[in-house]
Amino acid sequence: MILRALVLLLVLCAAARAEPPPAGRRSGYEFMGPGTRAMQDDDASNPAMLWVLDGEALWRARAGASGKACADCHGDAATSMKGVAARYPAYDSARKALIDLDQRVNLCRTAQQNAPAFEPESRELLALSAFIGRQSRGMPIDIAVPGEAQPLLEAGRAAFGRRQGQLNLACTQCHDRLAGEKLAGNPIPQAHPTGYPIYRLEWQGLGSLQRRLRNCMIGVRAEPYAYGAPEFVELEYYLMWRARGMKVETPAVRP
Amino acid sequence: MARAIVKVPARARRGEIIELRAIVAHVMETGFRRTETGALVPRDIIRQMVCRYNGVEVFRADFHPAVAANPLIVFTTLATESGRIEFRWTGDNGFAAAESAQITVE
Repeated sequence: MILRALVLLLVLCAAARAEPPPAGRRSGYEFMGPGTRAMQDDDASNPAMLWVLDGEALWRARAGASGKACADCHGDAATSMKGVAARYPAYDSARKALIDLDQRVNLCRTAQQNAPAFEPESRELLALSAFIGRQSRGMPIDIAVPGEAQPLLEAGRAAFGRRQGQLNLACTQCHDRLAGEKLAGNPIPQAHPTGYPIYRLEWQGLGSLQRRLRNCMIGVRAEPYAYGAPEFVELEYYLMWRARGMKVETPAVRP
Repeated sequence: MARAIVKVPARARRGEIIELRAIVAHVMETGFRRTETGALVPRDIIRQMVCRYNGVEVFRADFHPAVAANPLIVFTTLATESGRIEFRWTGDNGFAAAESAQITVE
């Protein structure tokens, strides 16, 4: 009995140490230099705004056999899309699966507009998700975990804690335990996906959270999942849940 | 035409130094990179940006392959009179972009 209580206490301590406490959570923004912060803060110097403007045009453009635009069903994005990006990925009870924002856009495209789905990481898809994400800027991340989605959240959490690749590293080893320290001279952030899609200076362009996750997986010499793979969406889901309450910065700039 | 964003103060006093910002969507492909099969990716860059204030050239910049993608240029000029400040970019493969903004000088 005492032993069992001791084990439980140890497990609880380990769990408490693994995730940053809510008050100690810091967005990647706080790890950036003043120049990069200024770039994100001013819409006239944030290059991601070029994609947001493209997204706004796509929102109003008719597409597919239906001849409908996003705006024909959803109206003004400033009201209809406000807070939407803060709730994704979300559990779709009809499909019994998690879907992220990019998949949601493509579901609308194929089912409602009768148009071919956008390729992952295509300029159009990034532009639309940046435009939709922009409508939630400043709002707290608010991920719902219904009972059916609990195992999917746990799968994402397990992936975050699982050692992988030739370097045999887990996400948690760097982003929980070593966050704030340096990796090759660069600060290691806490891995809160607050501003996706992001304009990453290293990429010289806009990219999704899955592209960023692929970077880390390749970095530890693991084989990355394919774009849109359920494992990726589960990891996105866990990361967004872990960042719940933090403010959406989309479209963010990161070094 | 490529997308561009410019920032010009809407109002200024005559003789005031004003800051102008202009960013344009462009890949700025250097011409030095190769594909996975070893083929050279052809150069595709912006060659020049020109800014005109009521038709008078106030700033010109030549771009080279080392300039980043989606380049942001920030510079200053004197507010002389009300009117239109126009930015034009030209480059490889017939690239052309333009954006302008209105300024009122009191």
